[in-house]
Amino acid sequence: MSTAVMETPAASRVHYLNANYGIKSWLFTTDHKRIALLWLGSITFMFFIGGAAATLIRLHLIEPTGALVQPATYNKLFTIHGVVMIFFFLIPSIPAVLGNFLVPLMVGARDLAFPRINLLSWYLYIIGAIFVLYAILTGGVDTGWTFYTPYSSTYAHSQVIATALGVFIVGFSSILTGLNFIVTIHKMRAPGLTWFRLPLFIWAIYATSIIQILGTPVLAITIFLLGLERLLHVGIFDPAIGGDPILFQHLFWFYSHPAVYIMILPGMGVISELIACFSRKRVFGYAMVAYSSMAIAVLSFLVWGHHMFVTGQSVYAGLIFSVLSFMVAIPSAIKVFNWTATLYKGSISYDAPMLYALGFIGLFTMGGLTGLFLASLAVDVHLTGTYFIVAHFHYIMVGGAVMAYLGGIHFWWPKITGRLYPDGWARFAALIIFVGFNLTFFPQFVLGYLGMPRRYAVYPAEFQVLNVMSSAGASILGIGYLIPLIYLIWSIRYGPVAGPNPWGAKGLEWETPSPPPTENFEEIPVVTEEAYAYAEPEDGSHG
Amino acid sequence: MAELSAGSTHAAVHPPGFHHQFEDMEQQHEAGNLGMWVFLVTEILFFGGLFASYTIYRSLYLPGFEAGSRLLDVKLGATNTAVLIGSSLTMALAVHAAQTGKRKALVLFLLLTMVLGAVFLGIKFDEYSTKWHHGLVPGLKWAPDEEMHNNAPLGSVELFFCFYFFMTGLHALHMLIGFGIMTVMTVKSWRGEFSPEYYAPIEVSGLYWHFVDIVWIFLFPLLYLIGGRY
Repeated sequence: MSTAVMETPAASRVHYLNANYGIKSWLFTTDHKRIALLWLGSITFMFFIGGAAATLIRLHLIEPTGALVQPATYNKLFTIHGVVMIFFFLIPSIPAVLGNFLVPLMVGARDLAFPRINLLSWYLYIIGAIFVLYAILTGGVDTGWTFYTPYSSTYAHSQVIATALGVFIVGFSSILTGLNFIVTIHKMRAPGLTWFRLPLFIWAIYATSIIQILGTPVLAITIFLLGLERLLHVGIFDPAIGGDPILFQHLFWFYSHPAVYIMILPGMGVISELIACFSRKRVFGYAMVAYSSMAIAVLSFLVWGHHMFVTGQSVYAGLIFSVLSFMVAIPSAIKVFNWTATLYKGSISYDAPMLYALGFIGLFTMGGLTGLFLASLAVDVHLTGTYFIVAHFHYIMVGGAVMAYLGGIHFWWPKITGRLYPDGWARFAALIIFVGFNLTFFPQFVLGYLGMPRRYAVYPAEFQVLNVMSSAGASILGIGYLIPLIYLIWSIRYGPVAGPNPWGAKGLEWETPSPPPTENFEEIPVVTEEAYAYAEPEDGSHG
Repeated sequence: MAELSAGSTHAAVHPPGFHHQFEDMEQQHEAGNLGMWVFLVTEILFFGGLFASYTIYRSLYLPGFEAGSRLLDVKLGATNTAVLIGSSLTMALAVHAAQTGKRKALVLFLLLTMVLGAVFLGIKFDEYSTKWHHGLVPGLKWAPDEEMHNNAPLGSVELFFCFYFFMTGLHALHMLIGFGIMTVMTVKSWRGEFSPEYYAPIEVSGLYWHFVDIVWIFLFPLLYLIGGRY
């Protein structure tokens, strides 16, 4: 596209990090790159809170009678783990951190369309997080992250309202982020950057944003009605006046199933970028991968009933939801096949981001295929509410979304900070995480198949070996997450200077210096070629 | 701050109201409009959860819903419908005045819009206090007279009033927010911040105002007119 940017030492050049100093210059910034870093800090903090709850859960389950806490406390632990990890880590993770940083850079714009709304979005997240942290500190909440009525509205003796309010508020943060991305992608692309020249990360973020703006308001109103019902002791889910608690589940899952795709779709976008760069090839079937993101976004709204096969939904509805759930596998499989086809005859290098990407493909495939077990009506009756489900969605959310997030952080870290991290440690951590993850969650498939129910503080003694394996895996996984935290922070000060394009990657974000200047580009670039225009290996230009 | 100084360097070549992240005024205008339309889509889904639930319960408990509807004051509801449609007209005229650069007309029509909005909220408040007086507020003061609900099952009448207050309350909250937006717009218009080149905030606020009106156009028949009285 344009010639390589001249290398200048980061310290002597004005960029977004040193353009101004002081706490105010961060808290009142409207620069999408700085806001991305605010998000990075806050979601990392929440990740370790959710992680602490997970650690306590796994410690507790080392013994069949429960090693650590009272059953009531155990209920609060898994609720906190779910609420924090889903609403305060996974949903914002890739969109709010990487999306915020990269969308304007990738489309060749100076910022998002609405920079002040972008900052507002972060503040809403902080306010929501404060409510949830307050709820945790003043007694916790024990409804499960799903807040099912009538337990949540009538019977629970815990901080349901504060937690619901936190989730309600953070929902608007998610809506505004999605709105900003949609408008930016529609209206602010650089000259020549047509829709089918966009990086697949942008397609994925676009599809995600559609889900965010269509799904999140429904969760917002549902949670709002739940809070009112708890406050007033009467409401539309109240069976005493003819209200239907199942209606709550319909409304809840109308958002919360698409929310799974809010978590995984951006990850798929990251993986497309990583696979293309480290295979030095254009993504195989680019258009199909782009369309499949949109197909997932559409289908995601038509499958919520598969969470309710055994909760009193009609059999015919169950049949239709089962068929539709199977259909989501098609666009997901298109992506997996196209990534592997991209690897074919690529000139592959195994840098740390690529290790995460390859791990993602395997783990996501396992998570996706076990999802088909659960989408089958008869099999689901046996598996629903067991550890099989827990294992399935952790393969998607941790094996998929978190692996992609870490891969993305490692890939764009040199762009964000201008520094390289120690490659050996990074590859080591990626392997540790892969091993620890599988040791944690694979035994849970077996546990669930054997019939161990989820959300119980105790279990029959015959399940102890597998539970100890899972807990041992969790401790390895925990160490795997701490290592990048250490070397990434270390690299900010001591890492070697990265230069504008350390991976030799394609894309507008690599054509501006690292870290980028506040206005992103000296001049808005003109795009003349398609995405991932790596020289074909048969040209003899690989190496 | 860097953003501000970058904005001010652009200000030399661009009209007031221009934001530095855009390439030109046209792009900014289109982005603002699209942003508001996308926001209104989220609003449709936000109200949509309530409308969907209403539809389900109405089909399950029609007698109770009809009895509940008969306890509402159709005359006040109809008056409010007319008031809101009138405010949409003044809002549309305000946008036109902004497009053609007529500052006084713009301020006048914005003020008229606000007056009509206030009339709507006043009437709504009057309706709410009547319902309170009759003990028709679920959860807070629920003690309706026997003959009032015509022996329809009391539970589903209460369910109807849950919807009545949640839906009209959420709508009234949107009216209040719209009132705040219009106050800001009136002050800005008075100061002459808008011109035929830059009136996007007026247009976008108008979109919001019309949307809130349209929500009421759906609420009025669903809540007031299902009693089969006419």
